[in-house]
Amino acid sequence: MAEPPVIVLERISRVYGTGEIAVRALDGIDLTVRAGEFIAIMGPSGSGKSTAMNVIGCLDTPSSGNYRFMGVEVAGLTRDQRALLRRHYIGFVFQGYNLLPRTSALQNVELPLIYRGRGRAERQKAALEALARVGLESRAAHDPGRLSGGQQQRVAIARALVGAPKIMLADEPTGNLDTRTSVEIMEMLRGLNREGGLTIVMVTHEPDMARYADRLIWMVDGRIARDEPTPGIA
Amino acid sequence: MLAETLRLAVQAIFRNALRSALTMLGIVIGVASVIAMVTVGRGSTEQVASDVRKLGTNVAIVVPGQGAMRGGPHVGTAPMFTLRINDAVEAGVAAVAVSAPISQTRERAIFGSANRMTEVVGTDNRYFEAARWQVAAGRLFEEGEVRAGRTLCILGETLRQALFGSGDPVGATIRIGALSCRVIGLLRSKGASTFGADQDDFVILPLAAFQRRIAGNSDVQTLYVSIREGAAVDAAREEITRLMRELRRIGPGEDDDFEVLDTRQFATMLTGITGILTGLLSAVAAVSLLVGGIGIMNIMLVSVTERTREIGIRLAIGAQARDVLAQFLIEAIILSMLGGVVGILAGLGLGLAGARMLSVPFAPDPLTVLVSFGFSALVGIIFGFFPARRAARMDPIEALRHE
Repeated sequence: MAEPPVIVLERISRVYGTGEIAVRALDGIDLTVRAGEFIAIMGPSGSGKSTAMNVIGCLDTPSSGNYRFMGVEVAGLTRDQRALLRRHYIGFVFQGYNLLPRTSALQNVELPLIYRGRGRAERQKAALEALARVGLESRAAHDPGRLSGGQQQRVAIARALVGAPKIMLADEPTGNLDTRTSVEIMEMLRGLNREGGLTIVMVTHEPDMARYADRLIWMVDGRIARDEPTPGIA
Repeated sequence: MLAETLRLAVQAIFRNALRSALTMLGIVIGVASVIAMVTVGRGSTEQVASDVRKLGTNVAIVVPGQGAMRGGPHVGTAPMFTLRINDAVEAGVAAVAVSAPISQTRERAIFGSANRMTEVVGTDNRYFEAARWQVAAGRLFEEGEVRAGRTLCILGETLRQALFGSGDPVGATIRIGALSCRVIGLLRSKGASTFGADQDDFVILPLAAFQRRIAGNSDVQTLYVSIREGAAVDAAREEITRLMRELRRIGPGEDDDFEVLDTRQFATMLTGITGILTGLLSAVAAVSLLVGGIGIMNIMLVSVTERTREIGIRLAIGAQARDVLAQFLIEAIILSMLGGVVGILAGLGLGLAGARMLSVPFAPDPLTVLVSFGFSALVGIIFGFFPARRAARMDPIEALRHE
């Protein structure tokens, strides 16, 4: 029997505010993500991409609809329960890297494992391995301030990988990078997906980057307008 | 996890070393002042206790009039005592070991070109016994010399130094006012008393010599009574009072025209002073810890705001509210405990300096040190809680967006 989908969104809505001024950021979204998929979400600004990511990442709760993450209904979970889901199953990569300043690359990568209560030696070993996967083991002792943008994003990817998550959520991972570095990062993500079997959901506004994914979700006005395979890389 | 949180807190504190130091200042000052004051206060109390011990634990003083110890107007109308009354008290109260008659006045003592205003005391050898004076050089009076009222004198150490420097006074003749007298002895120093009075600043003559040649009367101003080891002081006081009323012919229902004071009354008075001091200290401590706590809260709020993004990252990767709460709370607690430790060290240093300056023993109170430490930790908990809770309640999405 096939593994259950990692993510199932059913008629998910997210409404900010109430009454006349209510803003419907998500308006009845249905989306299923299976293990091993690499999905890109695109759409004009204000189309609900980020809100969708926040809901999928269990950072936000939908106003209505059902969201099952690995078979668990997320809507009814408390804040702390959602934190546990993120802690154990979700890796985040942000546009702005979001590394802790004045903290070495190694310590940044260790961070998720601290919240899993792992011992220091085990953490360091795992963090070094994760840094090796993104080709930065030689920069383990460097602070983010001494790394290039691309290197910082690779540290962030290592941090997302270190806990062997079920899914990686990448919110405009190449938004702050030049084209050449963007391609490097996307190659890396695709490698992790193809060779490591990592499930990835990525938000981007660059069609060239979306091509690295297998499936493209196009959002308009809080709805999914198109759900189709990507053309692939030329 | 706890070890990580501690490490993190220490890191955060030392990353902003100057700011942390300034933040701790309130707590440091509060704790230091309390520790210093308690240390010096205890030193003084110990000094008093040792003075009272020197005075003799079982000593009572009988003075004419009422209210001498209560600071009320000393009733000058009550008649003075006499040698006969003194001897009657000594002979008539079984619990009394020795009763020494004392009369005294202030007069200038002169030797060569040196002189000093000093206490001139007329008494006899019983005083040396009752007040536990020891001879440092020379001798005490002889029985015949006391009876005859010979103009011989025994010096206290302070007066010796004023008149003779470090020289030997025995055998020299000094003048007390217009009276010439030969020095036959020197008493061993007792040092300053609790109330700062120099106990060694005096010269002693035989009572009869004092009465005839200096006072010009046969009064005895004070009875210095030593009560036997093991005898009940209260019972002795009552018995002395009864006998004194008889000797002074005070009818039933009439008030005493004298007062019997014992060392416990000094102790009571000191306890009162200590109580006032403790109250003041508590107020100082409370205010300064409050101020220190507000300082910590203020800085922690700034720190939480500054680190909003960090908090967002931590929440996103799976920190629960209590993890973030613990992080900032522990940081506040360590900050204030560090302030407490620095304050304790500074307070002990100040206390040592103060004790030296007032020449009282250095007597730090372990309990106060412990309580101060505990209170500084408590301040961290109380004033760190609000900022920590604010951090813990942040919305991860908003926190991540924070610039």
